[in-house]
Amino acid sequence: MAGTIRVRATASGDATEVQSLIRHPMDSGFVKDAKGELIPAHHIEVVQFEHGGKTVFTALWGPAVSKDPYLKFSFKGGKAGDELKVSWVDNKGASDSLVTKIQ
Amino acid sequence: MRKTMVLAAALSLVAVTTAAFAASADDAKAALAKAEAAMKQAHALKNEWTTTAAEFKKAKAAADAGKFDDAVKLAGEAEALANASVAQAKEQEKLWPEAVVR
Amino acid sequence: MLRKTFMAAAIVACTAAPLLAAGDVDPQADFKAFRKYFTERFPKVPLNDFVNGPYSMDEGLRKQWKAIDEFPPYEFAVEQGKQMFATPFKNGKSYADCFPNKGIGIRQMYPMFDTKTGKVVTLELAVNQCREANGEKPFDMAKDDMAAITAYMAFTSRGKPFDIKIPDDPRALAAYKKGEEYFYSRRGQLNFSCASCHVQNPGNHIRTEVLAPALGITAALPIYRSAWGGMGTTTRRFQTCNAQVRGEPLPAGDEDYSAVEYFLSYMSNGLPISGPGARP
Repeated sequence: MAGTIRVRATASGDATEVQSLIRHPMDSGFVKDAKGELIPAHHIEVVQFEHGGKTVFTALWGPAVSKDPYLKFSFKGGKAGDELKVSWVDNKGASDSLVTKIQ
Repeated sequence: MRKTMVLAAALSLVAVTTAAFAASADDAKAALAKAEAAMKQAHALKNEWTTTAAEFKKAKAAADAGKFDDAVKLAGEAEALANASVAQAKEQEKLWPEAVVR
Repeated sequence: MLRKTFMAAAIVACTAAPLLAAGDVDPQADFKAFRKYFTERFPKVPLNDFVNGPYSMDEGLRKQWKAIDEFPPYEFAVEQGKQMFATPFKNGKSYADCFPNKGIGIRQMYPMFDTKTGKVVTLELAVNQCREANGEKPFDMAKDDMAAITAYMAFTSRGKPFDIKIPDDPRALAAYKKGEEYFYSRRGQLNFSCASCHVQNPGNHIRTEVLAPALGITAALPIYRSAWGGMGTTTRRFQTCNAQVRGEPLPAGDEDYSAVEYFLSYMSNGLPISGPGARP
């Protein structure tokens, strides 16, 4: 799945604030469709943010996270122009990643 | 003689009362038709309630399952709901100007 | 001199309300009364803020909305809509050929009254008319494709004031009246009218939701509604509102829906398009 990640990272003082929106159905596996059949679980399992060769944030997601999840966090370090890599893997083995520049 | 008469009277009374309670397939059919007619009116006025269709569905299921008493009862409820929505639409046709912010 | 008078009269005639059957419907008077009602009831709400629905009524909700709006959930739909807009139909034409100004920045003119057909045309209907005129299948008016394209069109009109016209045509007035009637008529087993919630109870809660004021209520459509986990068109919202009061929803494209959208948008004339919106 390509093009699923939107990210905005802003450096401010000694920290960087990151926001991201990821396009993903995040099916929990507990919801039934119109025919009464279970929609199989299809959700992101791991989201990772890397800066300067280090992982600055990891999220382990499951069925409780809703569709098109939005994420916001801050990490120490990072300055404008630095690269920030975002990647995710889901329970079906699909993945996507994006490299952005901190503003 | 008297005992036989009392017994006969009692039996006929029971027969009459059980006949009055047990609905037939035709009764169910008639009740469903009446409900449908009322629902058609509501549809024409573009004012149907979601609960009407739900009740009618239950009535039809009951009739299909041979539960004619239930079918008649539920069809009666569907009919009542449909009639209420018809009454609502007719009333509102006259009442809505009262609600306009002036 | 005569020419100037004629011009002045023509300008006045164009901006004034169309002539009515006596004692029937007076859109301009309705407009004034409607606006006065909401601005007097909510004196602290800036006029243009009414288009933000529940956020103009509840400070806590507004804070959450502002946070979400930094990365709006409708972004994907807008992007999809932009792509759809740029993709030509099988016959080589595109949406740009159907709409004024190539379809950009024109959402605030809808719904409009088509004097040729005598019907109200909402933006959703216009999109489908464009598709059908160019040999394409119409979209389901409640579903995602329609939401995406109208989201994009709304986005290009952000901030532009509603400019709904009621031409001097008895059919247009009749449509306006139909919309007004629909808005104020009670329906459903719960016996609510649109006004029951959006005129009598804006800012109040219905279960966990804060009710939006009717003033400006169409400005934010289509919306990403968290409760749906996705986008919804004007049609979808109307259908859901009907079902919520236990009224059977009308089919998409029904004249009553077009009429009530016409009425509501006219009441919001001058207020800025805020769509596509995000709602709880």
